[in-house]
Amino acid sequence: MRKFTKSIPKFFLVVLVLMCTAFSALAQNTITGKVTDSKDGSPVAGVTVAVLGSKTVVRTENDGTFKVNVPANAILVFTEVGFAGQQIAVAGKSVVDVALVQTSQQLNEVVVVGYGTTRKKDLTGSVNVINAKDFQKGNITTPEQMIAGKVPGVSITSNGGQPGSGSTIRIRGGSSLYAGNDPLIVIDGVPLDHDGINGASNALSFINADDIESFTILKDASAAAIYGTRGSNGVIIITTKKGKAGELKMNFITTTSFATKTGNVAVLNGDQIRTIVNQLGTPSQKLQVGSSNTNWQDAIYHTAVSSENNLSFSGGINKLPYRVSLGYAYLNGILQTDRLQKTSVALALNPTFLNNTLKVDINIKAIAEDTRFGNQGAIGGAVGFDPTQSIYSNSPRYGGYYEWVESNGELKLNRPNNPVGVLKETFDKQTPKRSIGSIQFDYAIPKISGLHANLNLAYDASKSTGTYFINDSAASAYVISKPGIGGSNNPNKQTKLNTVMDFYLNYFKDLPSIKSRIDFTAGYSFNDYKSTNYYYRAYNAKGDTIAGTKPPDYPSGINENVLIGIYGRLKYVYNEKYLLTATLRRDGSSRFGPDNKWGTFPSVALAWQVKNEDFMKNNKTFSDLKLRLGYGITGQQDGIGNYLFKSFYGLGSPQSSVGFGNNYYQPYAPSGYYPDLKWEQTEGYNLGIDYGFLKNRITGSVEFYLRKTKDLLNVTSQPAGANFSAYILTNVGNMDNKGVEFNITAIPVKKPNLSVEVGFNATYNKNTITNLTVVPNDPNYLGFLGGGAAGLNGFLLLGAVGGPKNTFYMYHQIYDANGQPIEGLFEDLNRDGIINDKDRYKSKAADPDLFFGFSTNVNYKNWSAGFVLRANFNNYVYNNVYSNLGKLTQVLDAYTIHNGSSNYLQTKFAGKTDIQGFSDYYLENASFLKMDNFNIGYNFGKVYHNKIGLRVNLTAQNVFVITKYKGLDPEVVGGVDNNLYPRPRIISLGANLDF
Amino acid sequence: MKNYSLRSITANFILVVAILTGCTKKLDLTPSNVLTNDQIFTSAANYKQVLAKVYGAMLTTGNQGPGSGDLPPEIITDAGNSDFFRNFWYLECLSTDEAGWTYHNNTDPIGIHQMNWSSVNFSVKCSYYRSFYAITLANNFISESSEDKLSKRGISGTGADAIRGFKQEARFLRAYHYWILMDLFGNPPLVTDSAKIGSKFFPKQVGRPGLFAFIESELKDLGTKLPAPKTNEYGRVDQAAAWALLSRLYLNAEVYTGTPRYTDAITICNKITGAGYTLHPKYKELMLGDNDLNTDEFIWTARYDGLSTQTYGGTTFLVHGPAGVPGDSSGCSGTWNCIRVTQQFVDLFNTLDVRGQFYTNGQNKIMTQLLDVSTDGYSSTKFRNKTRNGAVPPNTDNGNTFSSIDMPIFRLAETYLIYAESVLKGGTGGSNITALGYLQQLAVRARPTDINAANSASLTLPYILAERGRELMWEGHRRTDLIRYGQFTTAAYLWAWKGGVQSGTGVDSKYNLYPIPSDDLAANPSLVQNNGY
Repeated sequence: MRKFTKSIPKFFLVVLVLMCTAFSALAQNTITGKVTDSKDGSPVAGVTVAVLGSKTVVRTENDGTFKVNVPANAILVFTEVGFAGQQIAVAGKSVVDVALVQTSQQLNEVVVVGYGTTRKKDLTGSVNVINAKDFQKGNITTPEQMIAGKVPGVSITSNGGQPGSGSTIRIRGGSSLYAGNDPLIVIDGVPLDHDGINGASNALSFINADDIESFTILKDASAAAIYGTRGSNGVIIITTKKGKAGELKMNFITTTSFATKTGNVAVLNGDQIRTIVNQLGTPSQKLQVGSSNTNWQDAIYHTAVSSENNLSFSGGINKLPYRVSLGYAYLNGILQTDRLQKTSVALALNPTFLNNTLKVDINIKAIAEDTRFGNQGAIGGAVGFDPTQSIYSNSPRYGGYYEWVESNGELKLNRPNNPVGVLKETFDKQTPKRSIGSIQFDYAIPKISGLHANLNLAYDASKSTGTYFINDSAASAYVISKPGIGGSNNPNKQTKLNTVMDFYLNYFKDLPSIKSRIDFTAGYSFNDYKSTNYYYRAYNAKGDTIAGTKPPDYPSGINENVLIGIYGRLKYVYNEKYLLTATLRRDGSSRFGPDNKWGTFPSVALAWQVKNEDFMKNNKTFSDLKLRLGYGITGQQDGIGNYLFKSFYGLGSPQSSVGFGNNYYQPYAPSGYYPDLKWEQTEGYNLGIDYGFLKNRITGSVEFYLRKTKDLLNVTSQPAGANFSAYILTNVGNMDNKGVEFNITAIPVKKPNLSVEVGFNATYNKNTITNLTVVPNDPNYLGFLGGGAAGLNGFLLLGAVGGPKNTFYMYHQIYDANGQPIEGLFEDLNRDGIINDKDRYKSKAADPDLFFGFSTNVNYKNWSAGFVLRANFNNYVYNNVYSNLGKLTQVLDAYTIHNGSSNYLQTKFAGKTDIQGFSDYYLENASFLKMDNFNIGYNFGKVYHNKIGLRVNLTAQNVFVITKYKGLDPEVVGGVDNNLYPRPRIISLGANLDF
Repeated sequence: MKNYSLRSITANFILVVAILTGCTKKLDLTPSNVLTNDQIFTSAANYKQVLAKVYGAMLTTGNQGPGSGDLPPEIITDAGNSDFFRNFWYLECLSTDEAGWTYHNNTDPIGIHQMNWSSVNFSVKCSYYRSFYAITLANNFISESSEDKLSKRGISGTGADAIRGFKQEARFLRAYHYWILMDLFGNPPLVTDSAKIGSKFFPKQVGRPGLFAFIESELKDLGTKLPAPKTNEYGRVDQAAAWALLSRLYLNAEVYTGTPRYTDAITICNKITGAGYTLHPKYKELMLGDNDLNTDEFIWTARYDGLSTQTYGGTTFLVHGPAGVPGDSSGCSGTWNCIRVTQQFVDLFNTLDVRGQFYTNGQNKIMTQLLDVSTDGYSSTKFRNKTRNGAVPPNTDNGNTFSSIDMPIFRLAETYLIYAESVLKGGTGGSNITALGYLQQLAVRARPTDINAANSASLTLPYILAERGRELMWEGHRRTDLIRYGQFTTAAYLWAWKGGVQSGTGVDSKYNLYPIPSDDLAANPSLVQNNGY
């Protein structure tokens, strides 16, 4: 009330002024003037010059001049895209010249940087922001795919073609060998845990892509060090859309898409198998061969139709800005029976209180998924199943599907099952639900100008329940000679609750007297990640307990870890030219023992805004030039177990009991442990140059980085007899990543009716392992083995000192005069006359050393079009389909007939040499160029009585691939190509309606 | 006003500090459903469940059912394939004339029958680390059962006595696994209960004779400290088990140390035969699903159970593994078509001998092909998961996958054979008459339809070697026997695909020992590899 009475005099004053101006407005003057760019005084054409309170509008000419008739006391409003608007009172003048200040994104855009924001121009680290307008379009079922190919230094590879399936994200090559290489993902201030959610193909699929406003990616150590033990693999900050005060706005987006497979894995057909069996088969195999020509791959895939719909409302109720969105998606996979249904709701409320001194942001998102996972065992099954057999048998047994049976009709043991039967008889139905919510308070503390207190309370909760059901007569769960008690009907349940509490104080002060600006933040962060898995006994398809099985000993088990951080950040800007950011974080993790719980992670970064120097002021070429230099230490503790520093005794299951006398005892076994376990530590150096040319029509950056990781979390062999496990997780080894990133965005054409924007980025990353042993360069230690492949006895990939991780460890194939590989013949590299493990060599690596992204957007009148291209160079892929299936023993196994890779027709390998699979013949350079996305759109403007804005678009995804790789898809996470869920080609038609 | 806000600030500050302190405590988390050292070792009942794991380490592959693994994937990718007996069998039986293996994929024992293995072979690694796993558990148990710890934990009286008894059993199991390692690998490092598990140390090799001395002294002591023969619970060891292992040690002492100990072998055999064991009357009942009844002959068995002790190794693997044998014959869900027998081994058996129990239906006797052709070579139905009256054993799982047949680690027949061989090789304290008598008893049982069976026995070394093959087929003795007779790597005796050649060939004598796995050489710089690897 007191406030109201106070403001009454002001109100009268305003009325008085308005009345005065109304009278004087009667006199009309002609005003001329020129609009220039404040930067260099060049004229700005096409600027809207409007008169406040009237309908008069003119535009500036090419030379920046304008002319308008207005009352002498008029107020002119100058607006132009890319410049800050200005209002100027005519006040009796006849000439009004204006210098507009550019607001291109480079300048005043605010960027979230973790525990606060900063102006983009004040950035000192390597940070990329991708806004909604630059997202990849189409049928996007998981958000990270929207920025694939858009950011240098960030490689995003989808894990396959399953709807909603996740991606492998690597920022600057990743910092770890064994442990986590996934970046930390923070959604509206909620750091997510890296572990998935049961019953969901990918935890990020719970975020409705349409709700996302922007991605901010913190790449270098100086930017990520504020996240301490979780910064080493970079940080992706996702900000969702907020409410906007004003009238109710409604938006409806609907997309229908059609997905088809891009091809088949090349295998033999029925006739070819019959020929092989007739020539080379045993009498019993000749009896087994069938008369069909079944294409099993065609039998398991189909064209998948999916639809996605999103409806959002935003506006303000009184002073309460809000945004509500509702989403519903029904997504089918190209693998039959595979589907994902998502229903989502998101609410954002952004009220302010106490005279705008308290800002509150409330975000609540909830998604319920209803999924039937297609049994992906059918993918490999379809490649390898005998094509001479038909899909269906004439018997009702085994679901009516053809199966390998004995003469009495009983299933043969250890034979592959009919892939169509595998798909259709398995019902893996999951209904996970997840909600992420946060409430953030930002309070401007009275009397101390520039001091804010921030509190963020957040949760991330999920509950997944589901059932894995297999029909009683299905071959995959058939109980031989006991019909009616087979199959399975097994429930599963998991709950997760992650809680976050962040509190920080921020002090921001402009000190013009000393040309300085300071921005200081100090805070405390508490993160608790807790998941509970529930245990059930096994049931058969009928729902009966299975004879001889017992209920679980524990109804549930809890897995939890806690991270506590104390952090501070100081930003200092002197004279808009010299910038300093320093951060310090101290992190405590429950994953480590008492002596290693806490770690300290500092960083410092300097930047020089060269463009603001006097000597650059008049430089016409550069519109922006900034140098950045950063150093920081980050940690990594993800991708490992929660309780590895101590030994615990776990109770054995009833099936693992030991009989003493008449009783069975469930044994207690101790776990292996490493008391000195601690986080991996990465030291990062970054040198960056931001540039802008031609009034920022061309902008971009170049970055050079070096990342040195030590204390790698590695599973290493322990001296036999010294620990409870022969291999345990320890901290041994060092690894470097160094690279260059280049990024350019250009606007070659910018006319009222036509604009063209192109973006290009390139990344070179070189990964080198520099040490892997306690005593450096131990010659006895070959390296870190990993990555098996189907049909191989041993590991295929090696991380050895001096080379990159995921290096293929191969034999050197010898070829005959015709260039055909000779089976089992390899180069005797150590010349000892024997071909053995000692003749394997470190060949190429799985990860690309160079990758590119190219995207363009063209707007012509109401039309828009764009595409995204991605290319990887020198990513090597081991063709496991060739190596495992391209041999006679695959086709004619000791008992059964299988299908084989068509590569067999070329090599005619007998398949009796076990080491053939390690031949570098199977290693291919899988460099590729992919068009990820092509879209074309038309904006109808206002339709339906000028009430509805309508835009439609047509998008093609996975348009084409150019590669020399001989398998189905050259993009393989981990480098071993074996029965990936094929990435489909998708055509989508979408409509976007604004109300 | 000012005072109030100051107070409120102070109060808030205290609150924040309290919250933060409380939160910091959250950094000390322990997993659910497991126990720490202090929580587990509180009662004799709990100690017994820990002891069960020391036994269980040689029965199952892991603590969480038949697909789980005690050994990490770096040692073996297929946990189901990682139990003790299956891998011991690969190295001890598959490497000989007793068996060949059809498959050669990544989970198969590649190169073992062909005698072409290296320090990275997974069967070699698995055997080594399996026994070391059991040894580590035993060392831990022994150290947790020290008098000092018992009194600190306030355990006394009958509970403490029971634990003292358990401790002797853990010592026995440790000695047994050291014998396995000494036999297969020669000179593995020796770790005892004085080492602190989990601390950084490098176990040292003590030489094969040094290890022999350790095992011998342990077993001699245990031969008095374990419960008297036949007084412990079925499945647990007693003095007779210690004697039986000691007799094996002495039989092979010349191989292990260069010094024959046949006289000691006879002394020990006499103790066993004096403890009340008798041959079970029917040989074909020895390896059945209810063979826990055979306590007349069995000294100690590895106990398997179709419901409670499930593994894809052990006797389950000897039921499913033999090629071609239909499920209704072997008493399980069907054959894996893995194992066949060389024709040379089949030829050791007289047609009247019931012990081979060869399965010939659809199988060729001659092992023309070793790999991929499961019909070359006879198979065997020696192990059948059935009761004596042919029924399914009561403890059988739904899918009829897991066997309830116990594997006798020591049984009286072996003692008879050790006695006979030791007498023949010059040991004193026994007699030729007794020795021949023992051989005749075995021959008579082996040929129930042959009235002249007793006459087929002869007290000669070739007869004893062959008779050990016949009597103890697939029970884990053949390689050790062939080495003792100089026939394992040499050309003195050839069998199909020995050395990777169809007709067989001699190989480098280095193959008398398996190599120490490369993993341990990398982890333990103090180790010296066996010659030739």
